[in-house]
Amino acid sequence: MKRDYLPLLLIPVLAAASFPLVGSWSSWVTLSVAGLAMGLMIFIMASGLTLTFGLMDVLNFGHGAFIAVGAFVAASVMLALGAWMGADSLWLNLAAIGLAVLAAMAVSGALGLAFERVIVRPVYGQHLKQILVTTGGLIVAEQLLKVVWGPDQITLTRPAALRGAILLGDVAIEKYRLLAMAIGLAVFAALALTLARTRIGLLIRAGVENGEMVESLGYRIRRLFVGVFVVGSALAGLGGAMWGLYQETVTAAIGAQVIVLVFIVIIIGGLGSVGGCFVGALLVGLTANYIGFLAPKVALGSNILLMALILLWRPQGLYPVAKR
Amino acid sequence: MLKSLLSDDLPKSRWLALLLVAILIGLAVAPFLFPGAKSLNVAARICVFIVLAASFDLLLGYTGIVSFAHTMFFGIGAYGVAIALTRMGPGWDAVAVGVGAGLVLAIALAVLIGLFSLRLRTIFFAMITLAVASAFAILASQLSDLTGGEDGLNYRLPVALRPSFKLFEGFNGRLLDYYIVFFVSLALLLGMLRIVNSPFGSVLMAIRENPFRAEAIGYRTVVYRTLASCIAAAAAALAGALLALWSAQASPDTTLSFDIMVDILLMVVIGGMGTMYGAVVGAVLLVLAQNYLQALLGDRWLLWLGLAFILCVYFFPTGIVGRLRRR
Amino acid sequence: MAEPLLSLRGVKTNIGRYHILHGVAFDVAEGGLTMLLGRNGAGKTTTLRTIMGLWRAAEGEIRFAGRDIAKMDTPDIARLGIAYVPESMAIFADLTVQENLILAARSGPIDQKRLDWIFSRFEALKRFWNLPAGHLSGGQKQMLAVARAIIEPRRLLLIDEPTKGLAPAIIAHMIAAFRELKDGEATLLVVEQNFAFARQLGDAVAVMDDGRVAHTGGMAAFAADAGLQQHLLGMGMDTHQ
Repeated sequence: MKRDYLPLLLIPVLAAASFPLVGSWSSWVTLSVAGLAMGLMIFIMASGLTLTFGLMDVLNFGHGAFIAVGAFVAASVMLALGAWMGADSLWLNLAAIGLAVLAAMAVSGALGLAFERVIVRPVYGQHLKQILVTTGGLIVAEQLLKVVWGPDQITLTRPAALRGAILLGDVAIEKYRLLAMAIGLAVFAALALTLARTRIGLLIRAGVENGEMVESLGYRIRRLFVGVFVVGSALAGLGGAMWGLYQETVTAAIGAQVIVLVFIVIIIGGLGSVGGCFVGALLVGLTANYIGFLAPKVALGSNILLMALILLWRPQGLYPVAKR
Repeated sequence: MLKSLLSDDLPKSRWLALLLVAILIGLAVAPFLFPGAKSLNVAARICVFIVLAASFDLLLGYTGIVSFAHTMFFGIGAYGVAIALTRMGPGWDAVAVGVGAGLVLAIALAVLIGLFSLRLRTIFFAMITLAVASAFAILASQLSDLTGGEDGLNYRLPVALRPSFKLFEGFNGRLLDYYIVFFVSLALLLGMLRIVNSPFGSVLMAIRENPFRAEAIGYRTVVYRTLASCIAAAAAALAGALLALWSAQASPDTTLSFDIMVDILLMVVIGGMGTMYGAVVGAVLLVLAQNYLQALLGDRWLLWLGLAFILCVYFFPTGIVGRLRRR
Repeated sequence: MAEPLLSLRGVKTNIGRYHILHGVAFDVAEGGLTMLLGRNGAGKTTTLRTIMGLWRAAEGEIRFAGRDIAKMDTPDIARLGIAYVPESMAIFADLTVQENLILAARSGPIDQKRLDWIFSRFEALKRFWNLPAGHLSGGQKQMLAVARAIIEPRRLLLIDEPTKGLAPAIIAHMIAAFRELKDGEATLLVVEQNFAFARQLGDAVAVMDDGRVAHTGGMAAFAADAGLQQHLLGMGMDTHQ
């Protein structure tokens, strides 16, 4: 038997089906690129969440806090490096963004470590308490953000080299979206390679299927889980930083806004599946952009509809994870 | 008499009983004890949020369901009345139509969500309700022709509820409005107390404790859970209608936002899950905190309540009420 | 007599509010194969899981090679040299046969000589080396589950119903493999319903009944005592296959 490519096909099908509706070639390309960029950013934020659920049956409703923290830390670093950001050199611009992103990931990752210890660990296996406590963590984290960064939103300006669009004939593609796509694809490739080729990756996949057996083979799944949790938090920080730069504003509510899309994506993908999360994120990003163009009023509702349709087709999501 | 009014579910703690009596009397005579528009507004909001929190406790504490869509039903009730009063003019017929339409829509949506996703695991349900609720909030702000968009609706109340109306000397329309809110809230609370102490309530708690066993004994858990969500949705919609009838405005921020959802969670968990009285204590505490602690603790009060929330989930799952009862 | 490799005393295990084991006590001598027999629901699987630390013993002592392991975590127990083949086999369906064995070989790369020996017994594993394990047949999954337990030398193998649903030809290979293992390096504790299989392989026997060990002794004596078999195993036991 071969791998299941059917869900993957949905992406080109969706893109092709929307083409006649959008009508114009240049708008369609622009929308598709925007959709893929948005999808990849959501994927970055969602990947860790789906893996921690698969591994330990833990769903962190406070995941949005890491997204918000990443956005704020990155914003602060970029504002501090204003000279580099404003410089007329692509390399200085990228260096500033790179530093900002690294700082965002470091802080979010560290916060993830603390969150796992204090908030998540005492409530393993108790779903109701888990939902409540992690939501409580989100409330507290949001308030702490306001304490540190103040209640007002921060406005970011993209550096000169990443403003505006590249023109290919009559098709305009925003430069920042290309960067977001590149980073998103790099993260996906790194995750996919890690999961497919490394011992840690094998252990994670095995643990998602049957954690008890992984322990019976002599591996401490708790450590594995903490590692995944921290990496997932750091990735959420990365995604938050990129999202903030994409929106050019950062508010404390950013986490709560994006987390809804993240949840939709991991439900669509099948909880625990990174591949499903990837496909789901692209579908959500594309749908949001096509519908946003065709019928702006129902843009967010369209993702709920997408989720409902996919769950009708595959009730466990696109790539259900085989569970013991 | 008192026993049957409370459906045999007595406070079972002297301090809790005292606290509840104080709240009841305080709210009953609030217009005279604490004159002034602000304190009357606070008292009315307390009444509304007691109903809202109690209806959420019916789900969370008694049935073991975490739904993030509870504000959606609250908003439906509020918008039902608001839209009807805007469209049909300030009459009681409009209020009746608005309440009726809100109830029907809330119950229909609760059935839909329940049948679609209550057989799923707790976490799935929580995630899906969160997504649905946020989509609904966006929908409400997008359909600006009907809902007034982000700004919401401002409308005129029926004549009898306006300040200019005098029922008799010293008792104007606002007071009448307040007492409608007060007594309807009290009736709804007692009604929910009856439900959780009925055989139906016992089945809900059996399902919460062990769904597989309840199913094995022969209870259709999905049906019971869906019924519980319908009752909770209806009560939340009525709370929303009361708010609309009191504040003469409805907007996404005051009825549909995630902030309200957070408030309800804080009320129920800090007050005490699965106790009903916890919702009362929690609602009083939170509404007072929102309106008066802000001056005392500044903007940090939500931070402290958030920490209290986490501590409650860990150490005092039955919240303040549980602590009082244990003495 | 030498100290037994594994020894249980007064082990009680509760699952939820149900008491499954009511004070299990028996020894497994070093070397050889002990069969753990009993009717359905007697507590055999629970006993293996409790030894492995997957369920926590509420009371009692479990000694392995001189240490009390009753309170230890599963990974630490495994690292003492105990391997477990659960009844469900618990192969990792998403991983290939090769990847399943890579994970099972905890201390490093797979030893080729040992792998060749496993291939000689379970030829299908060689054939489907790069296939996701989820696509294997039931018998092949069982081979993989056993192979995972023996890919590196372990002191004690806990195996739950290795012959369940297997074709006779495969069972013959399984018997041969277990024989080589017990004559060589390992001690085996095997839960079995198939008595024909059990009497061919077992050196010693422990029979469970209602959460306790009701009989221990040599397999030869137990196999000869039809009355005792009837009393302890009843009709639930498969005597022919």
